[in-house]
Amino acid sequence: MQAFLHQMLSGFATGGIYASIALALVMIYQTTHHVNFAQGEMATFSTYLAWQMIELGLPYWLAFLLTLLFAFILGAAIERIIVRPFYKAPVLSVVAVFIGLLLIINSLSGALFTYTIKPFASPFPSDAWYGSAYLSAHEVGMIFVTLVVLALVFAFFRYTPLGLAMRAVAENPVSSRLVGVRVGWMLALGWGLAGLIGAVAGTMTAPVVYLDPNMMFGVLLYGFAGALLGGIDNAWGAVLGGFIVGILQNLAGAYVVGTELMVTVALGIIVGILVIKPSGLFGRTIVTRV
Amino acid sequence: MSAILETRGLSAAYGPTQVLQSIDLAVEQGGIATLLGANGAGKTTTLRALCNMMVRLSGEVRFDGERIDGKATEDIVRRGIGHVPEGRGTFVSLSVEENLRLGAHTRRDKQVARDFERVYGYFPRLKERRNQQAGTLSGGEQQMLAISRALMLRPKLLLLDEPSFGLAPLVVQEIFHILRTINQQEGVSMLLVEQNANIALALAGRAYLLETGRIIMHGPSAVIGSDESVRRAYLGY
Ligand SMILES: Nc1ncnc2c1ncn2[C@@H]1O[C@H](COP(=O)(O)OP(=O)(O)OP(=O)(O)O)[C@@H](O)[C@H]1O
Ligand SMILES: [Mg+2]
Repeated sequence: MQAFLHQMLSGFATGGIYASIALALVMIYQTTHHVNFAQGEMATFSTYLAWQMIELGLPYWLAFLLTLLFAFILGAAIERIIVRPFYKAPVLSVVAVFIGLLLIINSLSGALFTYTIKPFASPFPSDAWYGSAYLSAHEVGMIFVTLVVLALVFAFFRYTPLGLAMRAVAENPVSSRLVGVRVGWMLALGWGLAGLIGAVAGTMTAPVVYLDPNMMFGVLLYGFAGALLGGIDNAWGAVLGGFIVGILQNLAGAYVVGTELMVTVALGIIVGILVIKPSGLFGRTIVTRV
Repeated sequence: MSAILETRGLSAAYGPTQVLQSIDLAVEQGGIATLLGANGAGKTTTLRALCNMMVRLSGEVRFDGERIDGKATEDIVRRGIGHVPEGRGTFVSLSVEENLRLGAHTRRDKQVARDFERVYGYFPRLKERRNQQAGTLSGGEQQMLAISRALMLRPKLLLLDEPSFGLAPLVVQEIFHILRTINQQEGVSMLLVEQNANIALALAGRAYLLETGRIIMHGPSAVIGSDESVRRAYLGY
């Protein structure tokens, strides 16, 4: 029983990471109807920056905040400079752009920081009082940080005028223009926020898996599975989906398939959902009179 | 009286398809003009061209004495043009109140709260449904919401694209009555696109007749309304 609880909770901790990535994917999907395959690599690159700043002697949390700022700017810049010219392009061209972006950022990480894996210290000391047999201190800290970030993002969308404008753009860009919303800026802002959320996921993942240019590959896959599971056009659903995938993955890894086949679980979830319920468990249903 | 809106040689195209051919029209300061025409005449396209949305345009558009053609839609709106689009453009997944808040998106002044009460005063039904998802409103209520959303901008000019479309006669009367009140009490100028010529001519001071992208006739509503050929073609008697 104790082992089972441990697996559940630890799945919840990784689920928070998947939930963050799922949310980042959904935010971009809602405005562009494309999945940003480069989301994971953007997060990895930002995490390298955090690592570099910490190496240079900056206190962890200062480096963390600077990294979030950088990730925001990186995301917004990628939208403005690289993605924007392709909004009217055919779907396959856009997919090619995203895959190209993935490869470019991945090689950039490798070229700048080498492909040797690097340890990345957790800001949560392993002997901290909140560590236990059920959850390590880092897992507890990771849960705390991701929950805080998710809550802040939701509060932003729910309670601020800017958040409302972004929801409006996601639903109806034409009407948004007609009320004076600067749609282009909102898209850049969405990418910036997605980049920021990804960077949180990256810096929280690195202490668990070690830092290397491909470290977010699996995370992106699980996050994508979570987003599909919850409904790729529904932020709440995607976050929930991320947590569910995290828990399922951990339980399956411990009791069913073993760790070697865990990625298969993610792929199984993706294919299964696409076949059975393409809109996801919580796929958006807008009540509209016809 | 001077014109708040004036176009000269306004033409518009969707890609290679030319739709509007050199339109000249004007809306007087504080006045109401109506643009009448059959399906596909180019009424909606005219309103889109004024806001520089979805079309490629040439020619001149002056608003409040300044050229606005070539400006971004967002900036045109910010100058005080409230557009109530064809199909109403409701944000269906947002609440009624959020739709209205978006209408005031460009404003930073302290009067916004008062303007909620003002539009709820015109359309009390919206107040009752303020927390409801806007997509669940009836067609008439969504039209009221679209007008209210545009009013939240505190516009100098309202562009209205067939506000009577698909609504029961009583609801149409209610809406047009309120449009008249808004025009008279707040001095908001209006350009009204309609197929329902009777009700449009009753509200507007001037009328323009659009046929396949050209203005074929214009003048005071009374004159246009009593023209024999117009009556036969548009009024059905
Ligand atoms: N997005 C578009 N792309 C290409 N052509 C269009 C587009 N919208 C309208 N048109 C064409 O432009 C012409 C004018 O259309 P418009 O919508 O302005 O007419 P309308 O007078 O508003 O008609 P209705 O009364 O039916 O609303 C039509 O021939 C239409 O087919
Ligand atoms: Mg039309």
